[in-house]
Amino acid sequence: MLHADPKGVLTGVHFLDGDHAACEGALAAGARFAAGYPITPSTEVVERFAARIPMVGGIFIQMEDELAASIAIAGAVWAGAKAFTVTSGPGFSLMMEHIGFAAMTETPCVFINVQRGGPSTGLPTLPAQADMMQARWGSHGDYEIIALCPNSPQECFDLTIRAFNLAEEFRVPVMLMMDECVGHMTEKVVIPPAEQIEIYPRRHTRRPPGDYQPFAAGPDLVPEMAHAGEGYRFHITGLTHDERGYPSMTVAAQDRLVKRLKAKITRAAERLACYEQQGVEDADVVVLSYGITSRVAQRAVELARARGAKVGRLRLITVWPFPTAQVRALARHVKAFVVPELNLGQIALEVERAAAGQAAVVQVPHAGGGVHDPEQILDAIMEVLK
Amino acid sequence: MSAQAPEAAGKIAGGQVEDAPESCAPENPVEQFLRMDRMPHIWCPGCGIGTTVNSFARALLEAGLDLDRVAVVSGIGCSGRVAGYLRLDSFHTTHGRAIPFATGLKLANPGLTVVVYSGDGDLFAIGGNHIIHAARRNVDLKVICINNLVYGMTGGQVAPTTPGGAVTTTTPYGCYEPAFNLPALMDAAGAVYVARWTTYHVRQLTRSMIDVFKKKGFCFIEILSPCPTLYQRKNRMGDGLDAMKYYKEKSKIRHGAPTAEVALSKEGEIIVGKFVDRERPEYLELMRAQLSAQLGERYVETEHLVCS
Repeated sequence: MLHADPKGVLTGVHFLDGDHAACEGALAAGARFAAGYPITPSTEVVERFAARIPMVGGIFIQMEDELAASIAIAGAVWAGAKAFTVTSGPGFSLMMEHIGFAAMTETPCVFINVQRGGPSTGLPTLPAQADMMQARWGSHGDYEIIALCPNSPQECFDLTIRAFNLAEEFRVPVMLMMDECVGHMTEKVVIPPAEQIEIYPRRHTRRPPGDYQPFAAGPDLVPEMAHAGEGYRFHITGLTHDERGYPSMTVAAQDRLVKRLKAKITRAAERLACYEQQGVEDADVVVLSYGITSRVAQRAVELARARGAKVGRLRLITVWPFPTAQVRALARHVKAFVVPELNLGQIALEVERAAAGQAAVVQVPHAGGGVHDPEQILDAIMEVLK
Repeated sequence: MSAQAPEAAGKIAGGQVEDAPESCAPENPVEQFLRMDRMPHIWCPGCGIGTTVNSFARALLEAGLDLDRVAVVSGIGCSGRVAGYLRLDSFHTTHGRAIPFATGLKLANPGLTVVVYSGDGDLFAIGGNHIIHAARRNVDLKVICINNLVYGMTGGQVAPTTPGGAVTTTTPYGCYEPAFNLPALMDAAGAVYVARWTTYHVRQLTRSMIDVFKKKGFCFIEILSPCPTLYQRKNRMGDGLDAMKYYKEKSKIRHGAPTAEVALSKEGEIIVGKFVDRERPEYLELMRAQLSAQLGERYVETEHLVCS
């Protein structure tokens, strides 16, 4: 690991909203190129980047649409930069093709989605968490991504850095799945000195041109990169390709490539699992949540405990790959999971899959536009414990 | 491999071809630009794309560019396969999005010569919005558009360039949509260099390619190129050789022709030449000038945005 380049690190104690904090996280992580397209409630991230980057050294470009923004960042990455884009619902839909392209070409990059209510234009200014499955499955074909879910401006800063580091380590697009509440909530954000921020360096090959195959992976299944202009004269394609990067339209090449793209993430799932839990050891019920909903859920858990209920809480920070092992282990001890989320049941389905029938899964759906009333979650907890 | 292909081939001594069996013929001078381990290519007999690649390779040779600093970006389609055959840093991107990928590549490393090599459907239908904005911004990209008037890879469907009356698999009774006049569109959008040639005009095409390697800003070359397998067969226009005869007979070189007057028709005259060659400040120049003026010494000017 390296230390952050101090030029991008605004060390100090700040009062920032989540969007601005995410921008500072990107700068601290070493992002020097961003491409975006305006969309509420995410635009503040790139507005801040556009204001800050000329003094740090780098480029922001507002592209003509989200398709362009989401592939301009791939171009910048192959030139050597760390790059990201930011969007919300409708823009996220347009970016799906290039999430797949980044997964297929193993382009390390970060997509920030400040979620709003959908479908379609939906609720531009109001929160939802209804793109969670889209983040995982939105592009066609089999692939894996990593998705992180912050619940505060501080975490928007911290997890943006983590998103960039994971993107580099696994050469995969990483999603930061914010929501309108977290994006627009203003809180204290502590930005540490640059030397306290660890940065995962680009996995640049040390092999000379001629001895380098762009998609030959080692034991961790992640190949080394080269950048354009360095004399490697490599080829990158979204077609199924072999270790040389050449298109290969065979069952064997497809099997080898797609299984590796999946395995490099799934094999690391337990290490990638990042969560916060409290009171789960002797719990009858665990409230599982993420993002802004976790803050409402915390209140519900406190109310339930005040009534003597044995309730624990599990907050997912890594949502994809789903922390199956952790949820499965808990399922052996608890009666039920209560899963509030700002959608009509997305991550709850994953909890059901992980619990595999060993614990009940109770959804507390909310169509978005606001957050749950803690009483709704409390009622679900007390109903399970009846 | 040496940049001097004849030496690399080892078959020429003192400028004279030694007596050698035909199987040991001198290496083609453009082979050094090609990934020979990917041959044979996928293009049909009579297709013009390979001809344009030949011109491109000769232009690279004559322009004397550092080939390690040339990157080629393609979209999807028959012409989209060009990147994969060139022994350069090459990117085969998504359908229609070669231009924004190339924009990111160029802005993050302005030291690269970035060439976008793609087809008319890729660049002007699905990618139409991107190309007009890249021209407006005057990003320093060299765009080479193979116009075969049809979607080739998918089997001969109508394109935004298909001339009125032409039969395609999705206009079985003839195309009734008006076609784009590509040079006029690029001229209006702000391209600093606009030329059109056909695959009959290989030397002129090579010269235009050398021109754009030397010119800064958004440059556009349209190359009318035959698709005997789909377009010509459906329209009873013969084979690749017939296309060459048509190009030879119907082409008129008119440098500086007003681009509004160069629209193509199904079997009409083909106006070729260099239509636009002008100066406009390029994207990064504009960006740096504005930011320097506003921020003074606080502005950190960067060249290559390479991460550690």
